[in-house]
Amino acid sequence: MEKRTYPDPSSKVYFFGTCLVDAAYPDAGMAAIKLLESHGVEVVFPQDQSCCGQPAYNSGFVQEARAVARNQIRVFSKPYPIVVPSGSCAGMMKHHYPPLFAGTPDEAAARRFSERVYELSEYLATVVAVNLEDRGDPVTITWHSSCHALREMDVIRHSKALIRQLKNVTLVELERETECCGFGGTFAVKQAAISAAMVKDKVDDITRTGASTLVAGDCGCLMNITGAMAKAGVTIAGKHLAEFLWERTNGQ
Amino acid sequence: MGNSKRFDFENNVAGALADDQLRRNLRNAMDILVDKRRTVFPDTATLEQLRSAGNAIKRRALKNLPQLLEQLEANCTRNGIQVHWAEDTDEANQIVLEIMRRHDAPAIVKGKSMVSEEMHLNHFLEENDIEAMETDLGEFIIQLNHETPSHIIVPAIHKNKDEVATIFHDKIPDTPYTENVEELTDIARVVMRKRFASAKVGLSGVNFAIAETGTLLLVENEGNGRMCTTVPDAHVAVMGLEKVVEKLSDVPPLLRLLTGSATGQVITTYVNMISSPRKGEEKDGPKEVHLIILDNGRSHILADPELRQTLLCIRCGTCLNHCPVYVRIGGHAYGHVYPGPIGKILTPQMEGLKEAGVLATASSLCGACGEVCPVRIPIPDLIRRLRNESYDQEGSAVVEGAGYKKNLAETLVWKGWELANRSPLLNEIGTRLAGKVGNRMPKIGPLKKWTRVRTSPQVAPTSLHERARKEGVKDE
Amino acid sequence: MSSHTARERILSRLHASGTHQTEVPEAPLPPQLSLDLEARIERLTELMTAIRTEVHIVEADSWIETLKRLAREKGWKQMLYGPGATIGPAIESAWSADSQGLPDLVTYTEPVETFKDDLFHIDAGITTTRGAVADTGAVVLWPTVEEPRLMSLVPAVHVAVLDADTVYNSLTEMMAAEHWSDGMPTNALLISGPSKTADIEFTLVFGVHGPKELIVLVRK
Repeated sequence: MEKRTYPDPSSKVYFFGTCLVDAAYPDAGMAAIKLLESHGVEVVFPQDQSCCGQPAYNSGFVQEARAVARNQIRVFSKPYPIVVPSGSCAGMMKHHYPPLFAGTPDEAAARRFSERVYELSEYLATVVAVNLEDRGDPVTITWHSSCHALREMDVIRHSKALIRQLKNVTLVELERETECCGFGGTFAVKQAAISAAMVKDKVDDITRTGASTLVAGDCGCLMNITGAMAKAGVTIAGKHLAEFLWERTNGQ
Repeated sequence: MGNSKRFDFENNVAGALADDQLRRNLRNAMDILVDKRRTVFPDTATLEQLRSAGNAIKRRALKNLPQLLEQLEANCTRNGIQVHWAEDTDEANQIVLEIMRRHDAPAIVKGKSMVSEEMHLNHFLEENDIEAMETDLGEFIIQLNHETPSHIIVPAIHKNKDEVATIFHDKIPDTPYTENVEELTDIARVVMRKRFASAKVGLSGVNFAIAETGTLLLVENEGNGRMCTTVPDAHVAVMGLEKVVEKLSDVPPLLRLLTGSATGQVITTYVNMISSPRKGEEKDGPKEVHLIILDNGRSHILADPELRQTLLCIRCGTCLNHCPVYVRIGGHAYGHVYPGPIGKILTPQMEGLKEAGVLATASSLCGACGEVCPVRIPIPDLIRRLRNESYDQEGSAVVEGAGYKKNLAETLVWKGWELANRSPLLNEIGTRLAGKVGNRMPKIGPLKKWTRVRTSPQVAPTSLHERARKEGVKDE
Repeated sequence: MSSHTARERILSRLHASGTHQTEVPEAPLPPQLSLDLEARIERLTELMTAIRTEVHIVEADSWIETLKRLAREKGWKQMLYGPGATIGPAIESAWSADSQGLPDLVTYTEPVETFKDDLFHIDAGITTTRGAVADTGAVVLWPTVEEPRLMSLVPAVHVAVLDADTVYNSLTEMMAAEHWSDGMPTNALLISGPSKTADIEFTLVFGVHGPKELIVLVRK
């Protein structure tokens, strides 16, 4: 992956919550905002934001995806970095917005927008360069790498670096960490049987680590895996990285 | 063209997922192949450079495709190789038949060729009272069992040795039951040697055809390919028209990528470069060599700048090996000649979206395939493109059967989604509503499918928008 | 025959496809192997031995002794050779000097059509080589009238005589140095080891349809 240049740590940042965090994981979103703010970063949350457009984009509904994406480009208009608590949504906006708008009047704006997109752990680890003090009790966790965080955004090393700063946290890695959990957005419904087989294997892998908590950087994956764990009666908790880091560093 | 049975992907998937032994075999096999590839390409930086080089070499070949094919034909012809062109598999089969008849050959010995599978050649020849004998061990096993290959490179990988033992014992005359792999291989060797010695015509595929010199290049480990292309009076090579490369110097990097990606080998046992039939005083080699250049939809694929990348494929099979879907359902579930990620983009373009468009939905777009493809085919992007073609919103689709999925219900859903996400007010209302009733939605449609193996997603009572507002996070 | 029309139709579609606009990025090859002769031989030996090739480094004037010793040890009954090949005379004189315990010499003088039955029962075949490539570990053969193609394929043992100074770093280097693009032979081969398969449960078995043994005599 080509090296990117990072902004000044004192920059004001936009926070793009993602539609999933908005509707189902607002605590994770607030934790991310507080993590940034507690390290001196001024966070702006434009109320007009909505979805990055990926669900439609991946389903063959390009026009709708473009219309919704255009909204985000319009809303996040100032040249601040855009921090996103999801490798999937960050990947959509960073890598897929330029081709989505290629050949349209919004092409240049889309490119400028995409260049300002950062995944949360990437931003915390490299720009803000946080030093996290673990105030929690010893715990064993495992980490799930979302496919887009891994392959499109290449930020897993940042996520793990943040986790490894926490002295009382033991990270046991999955046997098949880089294998897809089976979410894939509408794939989980359109090819439900295959998706079910994938998430089952992921849950088995998680269970075998002996961890009490699963930590992940993407709420789509989290929703998929924790839903499957709950249905199977597996009592392992699932947390978004932001929430986990916030709780550990604030003694919760 | 096409299958005699109606293609029922859902049914195939259900059967495959329930087959524990198949899944165990596949998982084991894919782990081995993934590991072998990793071992043979130890240095990431070098591998990435090599992949880029492979991509550039194949792009250059596609860029000049018609000229290179003409150059290939001219050089082959000059060397004494007879070149034939076939628009579709029917024409290709007829050409093979004509050669068989001219040689009065009751049987043909075959080296492994995916194009010959695409042609359904064996079935066609059998209908014309000609026996097609597979000589590659994996192909031989599945042929005995009346199956088709389940993987591009290791066709019988879904079979255990006890299954092979049973097949050999039941289907080969005077053969004792043995699970000893060396003994099984020896049984095959004895059967094949008779076939090689007596066959009048041999068939092979082509890994790379070099335009510069009029050379057909084949890789293999067993030696059956060399047998089929050297012993019989006639050698027929079948190739997809995208297999031509410009120069001899293009070969070494592509070879490295192919053998490393396909089987984790630095090099195969044999690299066989054929430029001519037997010449002058030579004592062996076929007296006739034929090359059949097959289109079968490739020229149409070539016409779209994005989809054209499908033709970069060098048929290594590594996308299959890394695919979380393939490892769980195996090759047969895809119902067509080419399975796995490459099959997902190739099959709908060859067979049309109505027949095979469902394959483009059988991906979570995880990107594992694109990450390892030796020639950098952006497979997830092409899968997504085929999904776009399935709905053909902009009316500009190019794939046969485009727009077959267009339906009012889905269009309305996405339009509604769009409106909600473009209007902050609607979005707000929607999220508040979801917060109130979301967790009490009836389990129908997508939610029903989701909740078969998961609990319902929990919608939060207060959205992040509200929380941010309440906690005073600035709006701009 | 419709093939002519098919050709025109296919080519015209290809020409009309717009593919000439395909972008070709700049993408240099990764650094190629560049070793001195000793290191090249070492590397070649290492790679070939790893896949069950038997490699013997021999002095140029005593290679025939090594051959005789191997022939006796392995108990070959018949050995196919090319009298017109460069090694032919040396083999003939060595055999006529003392043929005890040695295989009968057989020559491939008839075309395969009439020679087939005998050919398929011969233990061992010996050929010269054109050279070898060290980076991937293979010998290179350009079969000739004197040493036909099947000599290195049908007998259960293939002995390949390789001159040390024809070991190149890579196929790229060899193709360029020898100007292969000026004209390819009817058949050119790279051979890295005995034939093998792993088609049954990935269990590796040597000796499938090609030779069970590959012996390389590297003459210094």
